[in-house]
Amino acid sequence: MSIKTSPLPLKERLRKELANPVMRTAIANAQDLLNAKRDAAFAELGDFAKWRETAGAIRSHVLENLDFYLSRFAERAAAAGAHVYFAGDAAAATAYGLQILRDKKAAKAVKSKSMVTEEIGLNRLLEEAGLEVVETDLGEYLLQIDDLDKPSHIVVPALHKDRERFREVLAAKKGYTGDSVPENLTRFVRQLIRKDFLEADVGITGCNFAVAETGTVTLVTNEGNGRFVTTAPKIQLVFMGMERLVPTFAELDIIFSVLARSAVGAKLTSYMSLITGPRGPQDADGPEELHIIIVDNGRSRVLASEFREVLRCIRCGTCMLECPAYRHISGHGYGTLYPGPLGLALVPVLAGYEDYGEITKICSLCGACSQVCPVEVPLYEFIFEHRRIIAEEQRLGAGENFLMGLYGAVIGNSKLYGMATRLARFSALAPRAGPLAQWTAARELPAIPKTRFRDWFAARGKKGNLP
Amino acid sequence: MSPRVSFFATCLADTVFPHIAADAVRLLEKLGCRVTFNPRQTCCGQPLANAGFHAEAAAAIRLQLEVLLTDPTDYVVCPSGSCVLQIKEYPKFFKNRPDLQDKARQLGDKTYELTDFIVNVLGRTVPGARLDGRAAYHPSCHLTRLLGVTKPPLALLEQVAGLELVDFKGQDKCCGFGGTFAVKLGALSSAMAVEKVENIRAAGAHYLIGADAGCLMNLQGIIRRKRYPITVLHIAQVLMAD
Repeated sequence: MSIKTSPLPLKERLRKELANPVMRTAIANAQDLLNAKRDAAFAELGDFAKWRETAGAIRSHVLENLDFYLSRFAERAAAAGAHVYFAGDAAAATAYGLQILRDKKAAKAVKSKSMVTEEIGLNRLLEEAGLEVVETDLGEYLLQIDDLDKPSHIVVPALHKDRERFREVLAAKKGYTGDSVPENLTRFVRQLIRKDFLEADVGITGCNFAVAETGTVTLVTNEGNGRFVTTAPKIQLVFMGMERLVPTFAELDIIFSVLARSAVGAKLTSYMSLITGPRGPQDADGPEELHIIIVDNGRSRVLASEFREVLRCIRCGTCMLECPAYRHISGHGYGTLYPGPLGLALVPVLAGYEDYGEITKICSLCGACSQVCPVEVPLYEFIFEHRRIIAEEQRLGAGENFLMGLYGAVIGNSKLYGMATRLARFSALAPRAGPLAQWTAARELPAIPKTRFRDWFAARGKKGNLP
Repeated sequence: MSPRVSFFATCLADTVFPHIAADAVRLLEKLGCRVTFNPRQTCCGQPLANAGFHAEAAAAIRLQLEVLLTDPTDYVVCPSGSCVLQIKEYPKFFKNRPDLQDKARQLGDKTYELTDFIVNVLGRTVPGARLDGRAAYHPSCHLTRLLGVTKPPLALLEQVAGLELVDFKGQDKCCGFGGTFAVKLGALSSAMAVEKVENIRAAGAHYLIGADAGCLMNLQGIIRRKRYPITVLHIAQVLMAD
């Protein structure tokens, strides 16, 4: 996989998702449940405004001094015995990983959930090279066995499926014969993948945040699979986005406090793994060899742009859970690995307007995302600004450019506006095509009265009431 | 002395919903304001700006800036949170023109959304309004989230005799209008509107009340298509009902 998750054009993606009632019910229920849990968790913590201001300032400080923190992290991680590699792009990151696996003659890898490995298309490359790769996060596992379905959310990848669908997939692909009770489904998968954990030569993980001061990489998970991935195999590969650093454990505490609450409405995740170097002589478990691959893949471009602060993002996914558009189309409607408001703000600058500018249309500019972001990424403003750049660079269709130019000319001139609004009453005669058809497919158009407000106001005292 | 108010009608109310604008004017007059309407005004330019067409919106923005600062009034009042938001954002459009930016700030400072103006500037209640039935209030996004006007509409509606306000599921969620969003991605926009309308209906509301004609037009489009017995009203119409 890469950032692109669907070959379909935008409107077809939306049509397909809007016609999927299972997904729409699942996402709506998940949004309502998780948002209520999030709000309760922050209410209990108190002073959300101060927390997010502090968390945002930490992230902003790191971005401001990223060169310093990256080199400090690399130095401290190496001192702890890890191999650190800077990968400029997806190809460099995957090539490095593949080389390690070849050198070690590895046959099987177990993975915990990681968006950056999805971004660089790691699984496909490893499988093409003849390796078996097993996703061990329950949601990711389900997607993997369901003919490589795509994640619809960055924290809860199978958010678009309900448990009945989960049962069907397990039955069809793995011979499951039980019911759809979540505990039973989970128990079945646990038994299946235990063998994989024990057989795997390599564990592959992402990194929620790396601590520069100590050279530590961290993982927060809820299922315990991340802990297994980082303890059983002899070799561990950690892929981390270049910006995912905090200075010290003091800042990590604050970031994780808002991350767990924003992502799943919990004070803490069930598991928090802190890994500093490979296993030492006194350690009971852990990898003998630890490789940390720091992935740029467009992030330097974001850092140098006016959208730099989008790199504050801690990947909690709460903007998606809050978004009223995401609610009806899930991550799949966006056709991008990073969907929702974050996707709209990040992907066009991470991977280019040419392919991804269009997703900025999937927003009604309601502003809900900006209000819940726990690190104060100005998502609304960034989406608004992307649209300005896209229009200015003439990336929209000729028809839209013409209509908008015409509209601008009319409202920019009092006389033209007066003439156009006099004609508006005849709109009922207009053919139901183009923009009007988009409106009338599900909605009635209001009838436009003969008398405009301005006519009434001018005639007050003379003629009296509006007809 | 009675406050002098320049009324900014909005293009939508001027053309499609003149009753809303007329009731807003009557309401302001009832509360003792002297209301003027400069007929050179057109549209705030938000549909263009939100779609990215800032250059195309520039002429309209300059025109409103000039027109709304022409009349010697104390305030500019407008019956739409969304259009007020756009006017308050005018300084952003003149990053390289400090002179115009100053004027834009001046305009932004004196511009108020109708209910915000009544409650927080005039400090008034609206006596004598009556509407019998259950009403769902839609807190439009630009008004509540971006302008921060959350309480004034409710404070005013609570004074309306006979009116029972009902809460409904997803009340604070966007109705899916979003200006050109509603026609660019009409199917998605409609899906958002349908969910909102179904929730309003489930709450047993006879009326849907809001303070932004754009959102109301969107929701009314669904309500009429589905032939639901829900009457859609702008808050100015409710406050002038008796």
